[in-house]
Amino acid sequence: MERLRRTMLFVPGNNPSMLKDASLYGADSLMFDLEDAVAISEKDSARLLVYNAIKNLDYGDTEIVVRINGLDNPFGRQDIEAVVRAGVDVIRLPKTETKEDILAVEAIIEEVERKIGREVGSTKMMAAVEGAIGVINAYSIATSSKRLIGIALGAEDYVTNLKTKRYADGMELMGARTQIVIAARAAGIYALDTVYADIDNEEGFKNEVKLIKQLGFDGKSVINPKQIKPVHDIYSPTALEIKKSIDICKAAKLAKEQGLGVISLNGKMIDKPIIDRADRLLQLAKAVGLYKEAQ
Amino acid sequence: MKIIKNAIAGTLESSDIQIMLVSNMNDGIKVELKSSVEKLFGKQIRKVISGTLKNMGIDNVTLVATDKGALDCTIKARVECAVYRACGIKEEYDWEVIDQWNV
Repeated sequence: MERLRRTMLFVPGNNPSMLKDASLYGADSLMFDLEDAVAISEKDSARLLVYNAIKNLDYGDTEIVVRINGLDNPFGRQDIEAVVRAGVDVIRLPKTETKEDILAVEAIIEEVERKIGREVGSTKMMAAVEGAIGVINAYSIATSSKRLIGIALGAEDYVTNLKTKRYADGMELMGARTQIVIAARAAGIYALDTVYADIDNEEGFKNEVKLIKQLGFDGKSVINPKQIKPVHDIYSPTALEIKKSIDICKAAKLAKEQGLGVISLNGKMIDKPIIDRADRLLQLAKAVGLYKEAQ
Repeated sequence: MKIIKNAIAGTLESSDIQIMLVSNMNDGIKVELKSSVEKLFGKQIRKVISGTLKNMGIDNVTLVATDKGALDCTIKARVECAVYRACGIKEEYDWEVIDQWNV
């Protein structure tokens, strides 16, 4: 497993207290926001604050993502220059509509990497799709650059664009979510779900996490530290799932050693997709510390 | 860089520091610091402020700082922002130079 991206905690870019404490809560990734969370009049101060924080604070192994402003305004280019120099892991581009949006940002990233002697390609990117056109172009966006690690849904703008609003059951997002997961899987990158704004509705939040896990998403953006644990719990394999997966992988290994073409376990035939799923589940269990492979 | 107007950056929120710059012509650098942790960290806060102003080539300015427990990197960021604003520079920073202050 390349890396866990179950939770990406949004951190307003102009809030020193949150920038300081963000890594304490155990999110897999932190996303410092220079876009919607920052007033136009404070774009300069937030950019300098995020630059200095990334450059000077130790966030350990937590992945650092910065949501930059788009290139359709005066802030985007400066944001890229600052955070690439600071050593950000991933740049998140908001409101991505076409692959050209990604390529334009990539060109500036590469320019800065070359200027400062940072390995070209080492700054990764992710695309947030927040409108109908972006959803339609999801595959083209997902395959536009080798730097892309994931594609995310930004639901608030998306439902507005669709002339609807967010409902409790999330039906209005079903088309976009499915399209994004399929595009991500076809491109071999991560699929990341949108935020759930009602932070006091724990039941609704858990239902949404269960739904996106069922759809195939790798994780979800979160806006409050208290949303992290429920996501991690739901994404953690159960003891029974781990046991079943161990049995399946053992049976597959044994059959391979014995040169058997057909694998069976407890009277049921096991084929390749089942073995792949069991293997993936064990990788996940290993990554979250629930399983240790015997030496 | 040349200070052409008064400027302010930062907030009075916890872990932040508000920096107010007032231009003065030939009085050198004057720092007025208000901090709840002045006894413990006043010397360090002043050192970071002076170092940042020196990096930016500012020789004459009156700086009023209200600290709410900011880390060094926050102090630097707020001073840098206040100086750029006071110099009338809003977006086109020379990042190569900023990088040199942060090796």
